[in-house]
Amino acid sequence: MKRILPLIGGILLIAAAIGVWSVTRSAAWSEEEKSTLSGLWIGSLPALQPDPSNAYADDTQAAEFGHELFFDTRFSSTGEVSCATCHLPELMFTDGESLAQGVGTTDRKTMTIIGTAYSPWQFWDGRKDSQWAQALAPLESAVEHGGTRAQYVHLISEFYREEYEAIFGPLPDFSDPERFPISAGPVDDPAARAAWEAMTQADRDAVTQVFVNMGKAIAAYERLIMPGPARFDLYVDALLKDDKPAMKTALTEDEVAGLRLFIGKANCIQCHNGPLFTNNDFHNTGVPTAQNLPLDDGRASGVILVLADEFNCLSPWSDAGDSDCAELRFVTSAGEQLAAAFKPPTLRNVAETAPYMHAGQFATLEDVLAHYNHPPVSPIGHNELDPLGLTPREMAQIVAFLGALSGGVDAPPELLQAP
Amino acid sequence: MEKQQLKVILTAVITTIIVIVGLIVLMPFIGPRFLHPMMMGDQPAPSGLDTSTERTSDAGMFMVSWSSDSGELPLNQIHTWTLHVETADGQPVEGATILVDGGMPQHGHGLPTNPQVTADLGNGDYRVEGMRFQMLGFWEVRFTITANGQSDSITFDLVLE
Repeated sequence: MKRILPLIGGILLIAAAIGVWSVTRSAAWSEEEKSTLSGLWIGSLPALQPDPSNAYADDTQAAEFGHELFFDTRFSSTGEVSCATCHLPELMFTDGESLAQGVGTTDRKTMTIIGTAYSPWQFWDGRKDSQWAQALAPLESAVEHGGTRAQYVHLISEFYREEYEAIFGPLPDFSDPERFPISAGPVDDPAARAAWEAMTQADRDAVTQVFVNMGKAIAAYERLIMPGPARFDLYVDALLKDDKPAMKTALTEDEVAGLRLFIGKANCIQCHNGPLFTNNDFHNTGVPTAQNLPLDDGRASGVILVLADEFNCLSPWSDAGDSDCAELRFVTSAGEQLAAAFKPPTLRNVAETAPYMHAGQFATLEDVLAHYNHPPVSPIGHNELDPLGLTPREMAQIVAFLGALSGGVDAPPELLQAP
Repeated sequence: MEKQQLKVILTAVITTIIVIVGLIVLMPFIGPRFLHPMMMGDQPAPSGLDTSTERTSDAGMFMVSWSSDSGELPLNQIHTWTLHVETADGQPVEGATILVDGGMPQHGHGLPTNPQVTADLGNGDYRVEGMRFQMLGFWEVRFTITANGQSDSITFDLVLE
């Protein structure tokens, strides 16, 4: 007995020492983790590459014109809906709604436009492959702006002639109502569609060209809307400089623990990677079908739509050469992995952009974490997720960390309000 | 109860306690991954991967090497590779038909894009367009090369960090 006691004492002492050492050790980041963190850091965001499909993408005048169009509610069937109706600058260019509300209700949640200049695919299903092609879709959606391209070119002729011509050259004469009806376009509304089909191909092309230029101007504006640095970025900045006091100021212990889980056990960076926290690909995460909505097969339909899209990178309306359209040319167009796959949204400002998922199925980030912790069977296709085995405390730490990704918008302040 | 018996029981109890305490204390080192696969997060790349960019094809017919045109392997960006194919005795192979394929074996998924060989650049070089990797970790890229009536495959391992 007497011999055993010091032995136990010794073992406990060693255990305590190892315990203390392991706790202090886990507070430091390994070189590999540092490299992962620096990949998420906003400082790793590369310079924005030109958009070869849009010759006006970096034109300042086009951006100013696009800014005006973005906020102008005349470009709708009711005179009440603009891009900014759903993309509110003060809500990080989202709207706080589960489903976007234009002149009607859509079947998806509004995505932010912050940083989308970096994304090869737009919308939750990637059915558009440029910002300008994306910007045109809601304008002709029966439940968003609800108008038609002929209606819009008349508005351009009436209110924006000078600005338009200064950028794009002479505006065609749309004044003959026989040739250019007040409302016409390839839309759901039967009357507007019939009017469109009755026009000559040349007249339709004249209208479409102006309509396309509207999209290119809006895209030039949207290209200037970037995410601002968040506390997370200050933390990584300090980490890379080995400035421990600044690291402590930037993130709380819980947020750091959440970050460690984010890149480790919870494996969020599998899809939310890179400085925008999205890999811009498409993933099935078994998100349940929203109440009162039909089954949404996401990318499976999105890829078919973008390949057939009249405004895609390879279309005559694009300014790109074929060799510029690699994303479209080498896109995966079939396979089970596309079923109910959706684009991971950026997580920058995510705490400000509830509700979550493609139809706003989850009200809070806690709900999102609970979903990922126990991923259900997908409505269709195969849910890529595995159970994470996170404790409630760990989930709370990840939510805390996500709050440290709020850094607002990085854009000239005048662009964040109506001109 | 005899003193001898008490000693045996006590020793057994204490040993059990030490083993349990020891396991708990050692958790940070052995990692929870050995206790339950669910708790392991992402798998590390398998050890002993051959990530060399020049290798002999499976049946030894070709000597194949790849390089990314942009130098490093970018995350989430579509980019182009150049593949170089030689015979086993070092003669450039021209006019080959090459299929591209791959994925992340640990995740059970393929490549996110559908890359293709789009040009025979001559001197055994081929342009491979549409490469993209959207996750960090261990990837396989496989080329099936058919030339002069012979066909052989080569799988490159690579790790995106």
